[in-house]
Amino acid sequence: MSEISAEQVAHLANLARIALTDEEIGHLTTELAQIMHAVEKVSEVATPDVPPTSHPIPMQNVYRDDVVGATVLSVDEALAGAPESDGSRFVVSAILGEEQ
Amino acid sequence: MSDDLIRLSAADLGAKLAAGEVSSVEATRAHLDRIAAVDGAVHAFLHVAGEHALETAAAVDAKRAAGDELGPLAGVPIAVKDVLVTKGMPSTSGSRILEGWIPPYDATPVTKIREAGLVPLGKTNMDEFAMGSSTEHSAYGPTHNPWDLERIPGGSGGGSAASVAAFEAPLALGSDTGGSIRQPAHVTGTVGVKPTYGAVSRYGSIALASSLDQIGPVTRTVLDAALLHDVIAGHDPLDSTSIPETWPSMAEAVRRSDVSGLRIGVIKELDGEGFQAGVRQRFHESLDLLAKQGAEIVEVSAPHFEYSIAAYYLILPAEASSNLAKFDSVRFGLRVTPDGGGTVEQVMAATREAGFGPEVKRRIILGTYALSAGYYDAYYGSAQKVRTLVQRDFDAAFEQVDVLASPTAPTTAFRFGEKLADPLSMYLNDIATIPANLAGVPGISVPAGLAPEDGLPVGIQFLAPARQDARLYNVGGALEQLLEAEWGGPLLGSAPDLSTHELTATEEGAL
Repeated sequence: MSEISAEQVAHLANLARIALTDEEIGHLTTELAQIMHAVEKVSEVATPDVPPTSHPIPMQNVYRDDVVGATVLSVDEALAGAPESDGSRFVVSAILGEEQ
Repeated sequence: MSDDLIRLSAADLGAKLAAGEVSSVEATRAHLDRIAAVDGAVHAFLHVAGEHALETAAAVDAKRAAGDELGPLAGVPIAVKDVLVTKGMPSTSGSRILEGWIPPYDATPVTKIREAGLVPLGKTNMDEFAMGSSTEHSAYGPTHNPWDLERIPGGSGGGSAASVAAFEAPLALGSDTGGSIRQPAHVTGTVGVKPTYGAVSRYGSIALASSLDQIGPVTRTVLDAALLHDVIAGHDPLDSTSIPETWPSMAEAVRRSDVSGLRIGVIKELDGEGFQAGVRQRFHESLDLLAKQGAEIVEVSAPHFEYSIAAYYLILPAEASSNLAKFDSVRFGLRVTPDGGGTVEQVMAATREAGFGPEVKRRIILGTYALSAGYYDAYYGSAQKVRTLVQRDFDAAFEQVDVLASPTAPTTAFRFGEKLADPLSMYLNDIATIPANLAGVPGISVPAGLAPEDGLPVGIQFLAPARQDARLYNVGGALEQLLEAEWGGPLLGSAPDLSTHELTATEEGAL
C-alpha cells in the first residue's frame, strides 16, 4: 500500500496548496514511503469489530443562542493582520487565471 | 536580592507579594534582568514584553495598594508559549508564515492569567506549529537546554520549559498534543502537566490537532503547577469541547498529598527495551520511595500502547493538514506573490512554500495523503480504531489502579542534530506520552533525578483517569517532597550556572 510516487507527492502538494520544489518532492517521496510503512502497523489491530473514536471525551452537540456575543472583532481589528486590504475588505489577487 | 527573587517558587513569590515584602515591579524587573543576562545562550524567548510587562506589574501593585482582593499568583511573572494568541504581543507559533503577526484578541488561558493578575513576560520558542520534540523545527532557531547548552530542551514547548529551568520565569504556559509539555519537563528537570482534554479552553490556541491539543502548566514545583492549573482550568463557552464542570482545587490536592494506600500501576510496555538505563533506574527509585510511604506498586499491561505512535502519526497529520489550511495569505501572516503575479491559488501555494518549514510540509503532505479518497478507511479510520483500543487499555488498567506510572521519555536530552535527519527516530521520543493524548487522560511529569551515566535530568510520568487530574497532583506532590528530602533541595539547585550572555530575542515590537 505504501508505494508512493513523485507524481503522487506532486499531486498531494497541489491539493495542499504548497508549491514544493522538485528537490522537496524527491525527499518527501522517500520519507513519506518510510513513514507510511511504519504507520500501516495500525491495520494489524484495527479489525471490523472495533468502533472508531474521533473524540477523547464523549460529548453531545454543543449549541448556543444565535445572538451576537462580546467577542466580535471590529472591521479594523479583523483587517489589522491582513497582507492587503482596502480599509473595509480583504484584497486578494485574481481568482481565475488567463486560461480559465 | 534580585537573584533571590528569581529562584523563589511562584507560591513563595506570591506570598511575599501579598505580604508587601516585594513589589510586582521588582519581581518582574528581576526576571527581565535575568532574561537579558542568559537568554542569548538559552533562547527560550521569541519576544520579551519589557516595558509592557513592567506596566502590567505596576498596575497589579496599584490594585494591591488600593486594597483589592487578589489571587495567590497576582503579580507573579509568567512566560507564554507562542502557540497562544496574545493581544499586543506577536504570536507566530514558531513559524515564518506568522512572523510579526499581532493578534486582535487573547486566548482564553491568557485572559485568565491576566484576570488573576499574573504578568506576561513574553512569548516562548517552540517547534513550528508545535510539530517536534526538540525545538529544532522552530523557524527562529532552537532553544538550548540550560543543563547543557549543546543539547535539546525537548519539544515542542522547549522554550517554556527552558525559561523556568533557567530561572527566567517562575511559571510558563505550554501546550501538549503528544507530549509537548511533559517531555520538555523530563529533559529540563521541571514539572509539566497535561490536563484532561477539555479541562482548559483551547480558544485562541493555534490548533495543531484539535482532538489531541491541551494547554497546561510548566513550572519548577508541583504546587506551582497546581496553582496555575487552578487559574486556567474551567468551562469556556468559546470552546465547544470545553468540559462544562467545575474542578476541585489542585493546590489543595498538593497540600494534602498522601500516598498511603494509593495503587500505582507500572505500565510494563513502557519499562524495558528502548529505555535508557539511568532513566529506568531513577524511575524505579521513585517508585520505591512511594512504596515506603504506603503506596502499592503493581504491574499492569497496556498491550495496544505499541500502536499509539502509528495511530498518532496518522491522526495528527490529518487534523493538522486541515487546521493549517487557514494559512492562505488572505487574512493574516505572510503573502508571497510569484514573479509576474498569479491567481489567488498560485499566491497561496507560493506563500505556503516560503512560509512553512520542512517538518510542517512533511506532515501536511502526510495528512493530505492519509485523508485522500481511497485511503481514508485504511489509514485515518484504522487510527481511530486504535484510539478506541488505547482507551480500553486505560479503562482496564484504571479498574486495577488509581494512577499509572512510566518514565516520561525513553532517554535524557539528546544533542542537536542527532535525530533531525530521521523523522521516525524523532517520533519515537513520544512513545510514553502519546497514549494520554489519544485517550484524553491527564498526565504529569515530575523530576526524578539525574541519570548517573550522563548527569542529565530524568522525569517520571503519572497518568490518571479523565477528570481525575487531582490524583496527579497528590502523587506528584508527595514524590517531590520525598525526593527533595533525599537530595537536600530541588533538583534545579544542581543545574549549572549560566554565564552572562546577551539578549537575542526582540524587545517590544515585531520580530
